[in-house]
This record gives sequence, structure tokens and C-alpha cells, in this order.
Amino acid sequence: MTFWNDPINFIAKWLMDVFSGWGMGEVLAYVITAVIGIVVLILFSMGLAIFLVWVERKVVARFQDRVGPNRLGPFGLVQPFADIIKLIIKEDLTPAGADKFIYNLAPVMALGSVILLWAVLPLASNIYGTDLNVAVLYLVAAGALGTLAIIMAGWASNNKYALLGAFRMVATMISYEVPMVVTLLIPTILAGTMSIQGITQAQGGLWFFILSPLGALIFLISAIAELGRAPFDLNEAESEIIAGFHIEYSGMKFGLFYAGELLHAFTFGGFVAILFFGGWRFFGLEQYSPLIGVVAFLAKALFGYWVIMWIKYTMPRIRIDHMLAFTWKFLTPLAFVLLMVTALLHKLLAGAETWIYASSLFLANIMIGWITVEILRAVGRRQRKAEEHKFEDVHALHPAEGHH
Amino acid sequence: MQSEWVYIGLFLVLGIIVPIVPLVLSRLVAPRKPNPIKQSTYECGIETVGESWVQFKAQYYIFALVFLVFDVETVFLFPWAISLDKLPLFAVVEGIIFISILVAGLVYAWRKGMLEWA
Repeated sequence: MTFWNDPINFIAKWLMDVFSGWGMGEVLAYVITAVIGIVVLILFSMGLAIFLVWVERKVVARFQDRVGPNRLGPFGLVQPFADIIKLIIKEDLTPAGADKFIYNLAPVMALGSVILLWAVLPLASNIYGTDLNVAVLYLVAAGALGTLAIIMAGWASNNKYALLGAFRMVATMISYEVPMVVTLLIPTILAGTMSIQGITQAQGGLWFFILSPLGALIFLISAIAELGRAPFDLNEAESEIIAGFHIEYSGMKFGLFYAGELLHAFTFGGFVAILFFGGWRFFGLEQYSPLIGVVAFLAKALFGYWVIMWIKYTMPRIRIDHMLAFTWKFLTPLAFVLLMVTALLHKLLAGAETWIYASSLFLANIMIGWITVEILRAVGRRQRKAEEHKFEDVHALHPAEGHH
Repeated sequence: MQSEWVYIGLFLVLGIIVPIVPLVLSRLVAPRKPNPIKQSTYECGIETVGESWVQFKAQYYIFALVFLVFDVETVFLFPWAISLDKLPLFAVVEGIIFISILVAGLVYAWRKGMLEWA
């Protein structure tokens, strides 16, 4: 074990030795080492959040044919720090009649829930917080905490807009959680484990994206909805309810919501990368040094984040009835069918050669997607026909108007 | 196994402390001159009428009920998914029948008009 092939355990062991040398007990030494590791990991994620503010502003500027921040530092890289100073020295207002404790707790929880996700996010084969054996469920649970923070913020603000935003967030969360959990079952089936590290290990040969492209797509869509980003940003819909749940938040409390949202989006980009795109794996290069794995993972996660941004700045916001119909009448049945087919094929082809196994799973996904699109087209055609009939009936009632 | 959850516990504590730091910092340096106008509820400049905690659509409640059924039942599927490789084919088919019953429940709710936002 050297620094180059196992940096975290190398440092941890060295720290443990140092603390034991000072005469500490094993438990205390472990706790202090773990705390140092956690603080480093959290500070890394916070630094990343600051960087993401810059990335987000720069990318949205390019999507809108602007330049974006370019005054402070090279390429405007110092801009987020200026934003932070501005937010910190801004007066913090609490609306009269707000539930003070919950009002102050909500932004802390919004960011805290995202930080919690980093506990199971593996950056490389041996650089990770911890390897929970129920990490997939933990991911769902910690993600739901973020939604709870939004509900708390909306409820405690004593503002109708905030409350409406919170209700919409509840509706989004409970609707999109179902297809998300179902698609989380697919990597679990393919890898045979719920541990995130185990799922990454299982993608040594084939990425799960090839075995389940449709599952990856459904997961991405429901992750965007869980994040409450456009086109599912009904909870903050600027043109309808101004800022939704964070309407009454100013200064650093708003900043925490904002940082939490960006980091959440990046983290989910990372989870898409881990569950379907091999995480820190990069065509075998990662075995030379875990640092290559870290770079590969961050690049994949940034790409996932970029796709989420791309969708955000391309799609218009959808209406709440469309949003609920989209998940309950389309994504949920599709995800269940996909789960059944994947489970059956995985079991039946367990002994088959890899290429037969992979190509039948891939083809099954394509077939399901194609059949779904065909059904949707047929339903759409029927609805259009019905509308046309209605139109013709109107004309039949007023025949004189038809001859102009 | 134990130490993993100790680690998560430590992560939880630090994950709450870290976001509090900038809030405390802001408390120390930011000005604080509240007045009733500043603290009034923001509704685009119009004064608030009535309670802010308004009634909401009952539809949210119905969706919550449908969700509860599905989420609780999908949790039961995780043990099945993990042990899929060790299970006999019959148990896998059993799981698929279980999912089919779930889907039948969804179709029932759909037919009953529970999924319409009206």
C-alpha cells in the first residue's frame, strides 16, 4: 500500500498511527480520523458547489448566446467568491409570523441532505466515504430529506406563494419517486447488490447503460423531477409564484438553497454516472491509479450535470396536470414493465454468453421503448380524431358558415 | 458494519454543522435593522389578505395515497432484486406476478379517475 495506489487508506492509517502514538484509544483514534476525512470530503463538495455556481452561470450564458461572468479573475472564476461575500453581508430578513425554528432549519437541511449523499458517493475504487450495503435505499432516503427541507421552507415562511410551491414540490416528489425507485431496482438486479461500490465493480465489462438504456433515461428524467429543476421546476415557477418555496429567504439562507440545488444536480449527475455509466471506471485505465478514477468520475458526473443543465435551459416548464400524467400514466407503467422484462431476461439468460445476454437486454429495451412510442402515437391520433369530430359537429350545426 | 453507521452518523452531524457556519458568519457581519415593512409577507407589493396557511386541493392527498401504496411495495422488491441470482426461476416469476398485481392496482386507480388532476 503506497500513496499512489491507495491514498485515502494510506493517510488514514498514518493518522491512526499518529493518534495511537499519542496514547489514544482505538475508537477515539478512529472517530478523529473519520471526522478529518469527512471534513475534507465535505469541504471538497463545498468547493465544488462554488465552482458549480460559475459553471452554471457560464453554461446558461452560452445557451442563451451571452458571455456570462467574465470580469473578476480569469474567465470570471472569482465571481462566485464575490457572490458569497455579497450574500454574507446582506441583511437577513425573517418575515413576521414565520415559524422561526423551522424557517431557519430548512436551508441547513436543504444543503445537509445533499452533503449526506456524498457519504456513499465513490470517487474511485478506494476513495469513498463509506460503502453501505443498502446504499441505493440510502440514496432515496437522503434525497427525500431535501424535499422535506423544501416543504418545511414553504410551510414556515408564512407566505401563500411559498406554500403553493411546497405543495407542488410534494406532488412532484411523491409522483417521481415511484419510477425512480423502480429504475433503481434495475442496476440492483444486474449487479446483484445494493452497494454503490458493488454496482460500480459489476460494470467492469459492460456499462449498465448498454444493458438498460431505457432505465437510464427514466432514472435521469425522474432525477430531474426530484431535483425540482426545469422543466419540472413548478415548485419555484418564477412567472407564477415568483420564487415558490424560497420567496422569503434572503442573504446566506438563500445562498444555501442555491448551493444545495446545484450540488444536488451535480450529485445526481454523479449517480447517473455511477449506476449506468460505470462510475470511476474508464476502460481499465483506473487500475493504474485511483486518481485517474477520480478524474474519470468527475468528468462523467460533470457531463451528467451538463445534460441536466441542457434540458433545463431548453425545455419550457410543463403544467402540473401534464407533469402528474407524465409520471403516473407513462413513466411508472413503463418502468414496471421494464423491471419485469429485465428481471426475467436476467434470470433466463444467466448462463448464456455475455454477448447474447447483453444484446437481448439491449434489444428488449429498444423494443419496449418502440412499442411505448407506438402506443402513444395511436392514443394521440385517436384524441386528435375525437377533437376533429367535435369541430365537424360544430360546422354541421352552422352549415351556412362553411360556404364562405 | 457497525462502523459504517457510525460514519454515517458522524457525516450527519458534520453535514448539519457545515451549513450553519456561513449562517453564523452572516449573523456576525450582516446589518440587522428590521422594521414592520421589511418583515411583511412578500406578495408583489399587495398587502396580504387573510391567513397565509391556506386550504389546498384534496387531489394532493389522493396522489399521496396512491404513492404510499407503490413506495411501500417497491421497498419489498429490493430483497427480491438482490437475491435474484440465487432464487429459482419460480420465485422470480412469483416476483413478476407481484409486480403485475401492483400494475393492476395502478390501472384500477387510473380507471377510477384517481390520476386526473381536476
